[in-house]
Amino acid sequence: MTNSQTPLVDMRNIRISFGGVHAVDDVSVDLYPGEVVGLLGHNGAGKSTLIKILSGAYQMDSGEIYVDGKQAVIRNPRDARAHNIETIYQTLALADNLDAASNLFLGRELTTPLGMVDDDAMEAETRKIMARLNPNFKKFKDPVSALSGGQRQSVAIARAVYFNARILIMDEPTAALGPHETQMVSELIQQLKAEGIGIFLISHDIHDVMELCDRASVMKNGKLVGTVDVKDVTDDDLLSMIILGKRPGEDTPAV
Amino acid sequence: MSDSTTTPTSTDTRQPAKSAVSRFLQATELDTRLIGMIGALALIWIGFHLYGQLVNGFGAFLTPRNLWNLSVQTASVGIMACGMVLVIITRHIDLSVGSLLGFCAVTMGVTQVWILPGLLGIGHPLIWIIAVIVGLITGTLVGALHGWLVAYRNIPAFIVTLGGLLVWRGAAFLIARGETISPVDETFKLLGGGPFGAIGATGSWIVGLIGCAAAIAMVFFGRRQRLRFGFALRPVWADVFIAGLSCSAIIGAVLLVNSYPWPKGIVKRYAAENNIIIPEGGLFISHGFAIPVLILVAVAIIMTIVMSRTRFGRYVYAIGGNPEAAALAGINTKLMTVKIFALMGFLAGLSAAVASARLGSATNALGTLDELYVIAAAVIGGTSLAGGVGTIYGAVLGALVMQSLQTGMVLIGFDAAIQQIVVGSVLVLAVYLDNLYRRAAK
Repeated sequence: MTNSQTPLVDMRNIRISFGGVHAVDDVSVDLYPGEVVGLLGHNGAGKSTLIKILSGAYQMDSGEIYVDGKQAVIRNPRDARAHNIETIYQTLALADNLDAASNLFLGRELTTPLGMVDDDAMEAETRKIMARLNPNFKKFKDPVSALSGGQRQSVAIARAVYFNARILIMDEPTAALGPHETQMVSELIQQLKAEGIGIFLISHDIHDVMELCDRASVMKNGKLVGTVDVKDVTDDDLLSMIILGKRPGEDTPAV
Repeated sequence: MSDSTTTPTSTDTRQPAKSAVSRFLQATELDTRLIGMIGALALIWIGFHLYGQLVNGFGAFLTPRNLWNLSVQTASVGIMACGMVLVIITRHIDLSVGSLLGFCAVTMGVTQVWILPGLLGIGHPLIWIIAVIVGLITGTLVGALHGWLVAYRNIPAFIVTLGGLLVWRGAAFLIARGETISPVDETFKLLGGGPFGAIGATGSWIVGLIGCAAAIAMVFFGRRQRLRFGFALRPVWADVFIAGLSCSAIIGAVLLVNSYPWPKGIVKRYAAENNIIIPEGGLFISHGFAIPVLILVAVAIIMTIVMSRTRFGRYVYAIGGNPEAAALAGINTKLMTVKIFALMGFLAGLSAAVASARLGSATNALGTLDELYVIAAAVIGGTSLAGGVGTIYGAVLGALVMQSLQTGMVLIGFDAAIQQIVVGSVLVLAVYLDNLYRRAAK
């Protein structure tokens, strides 16, 4: 990755603590257009917390976030969306009792000139984007509780893609999926990357990261172990970063 | 409430082998739950009527007089049930609505009986308007306070409103000093119904025709909207059937309320006051729709639009389905909670106006135990206590079912103890049937 351009996102010295526990402690990560950065670490390493700060779900105690080189104030999910930051959560964050279109447009409903929610227009848009992402998707009228894991995933992804995400956060996007659906998500990531979207990919799966990511940032106990170019390291290097908190070529742990 | 669960035809719309009934249901897109509830209501009505006819020799239930009164008695609980649906959908509960109704009634009573006549003079035309506004504001503010405590102070709604149940009943007693506040303003009284609080035959026809026009327009615009986006259309016969069914129901209601005449005594007094000579065989003056019923219908229609056609309604369902997802989608769930409780309070205030107008006075005991009937109406109407599910029409029908049971048992001479046993059992049975229905529908 050539780092001469301005990063899409630059999170500097982020800190947040919950009741005395430093969930994220002085972590800096950045992301360039058309790049996939993997965030790795054990459960509780602070990856999801870090990313929830970027998506507006949590507010950091200190630190700075720059989007396109300009300082951004992200206090809630609405602020994040205003910066074209979209998030696909591990839990998918769908309202099970609503249909696909209502979920896709949740918080950003299309309205008629009278200010009424325009369900038909939203369904029509949903059909269009689904035809692109998952042509097999047919259950437009059912609540999403009636959908399979992969179909729910495609609703969550469609939500991010539809609103022209420039910065996409994917929290364990393939955790609940079968092999075919995982393949679909991988292809989608490549496609989005080609469109110049920057992606933070949170994952447990080293193979996912090796295959999909350009760089990987590893966290342990709330601290950043280091950020490496994926092409320069092996699976084992990444594993030792995750488990031992040791950078490649180092004898003693950095953290 | 759906005895449709007992008929296999209504639940198998998705099975490949389709009976004529399920094809019909699919084409018309009629809600099987709605059909079930109307069926249950019809059973209750016919059952009470037949029981009266066979046992007491007189079927009193299916008479214009009883049905008209039933509609008026349903109004107060029905109005509040429309708000309770939102509260329950978002996984909260409001136990304070009965007490809040009493509190609002007393503030309105004090305003129009003790305060305003001294300032404006008795019978001033503004009195009832100011009184109602005071009541509505009181209800809204109290509701907003409850919502704020729930959302921003993280006190469970059960506790906040349980406290409210005691607080507002006590406050009503203090303000009323334990007295019955009467007589209320004459115009205010019309909100409660009665011969003068109804709109008469001509007015009812006008309302009915507007209703029919609206029903036809909705079917027409729905069809045009589907055409615009190229979605599958309902067959023309299904659209015509739905429009026809709605219009017949509305016209039937108009004919019903118009066939209930004013009592002879009131006709005589009215004739004397207006110098009308009563012809041979008496003068037939129709009640027409009662004003409280029109208020309920208006509330139900507005709330249905709010729930299905506005962002507010969409967010209510989203919060009920998954509060975390709603918050992550940028919905201010705390503020929504305040708004929902404020709306509940507003409707309790409106209900208070109807209830105290009907009584012709305001007492601090008004609305006692209403919270239970309101919650029961919403739940019988298919609102799920687990959140995310519920409809306004269901709650109104639920209120009608509850009131029908009570009225029916009074008419056939069951005493209060048996009434309580029956109403309580029906509540539990309704929720059980609803569970069965949901499982079958999956």
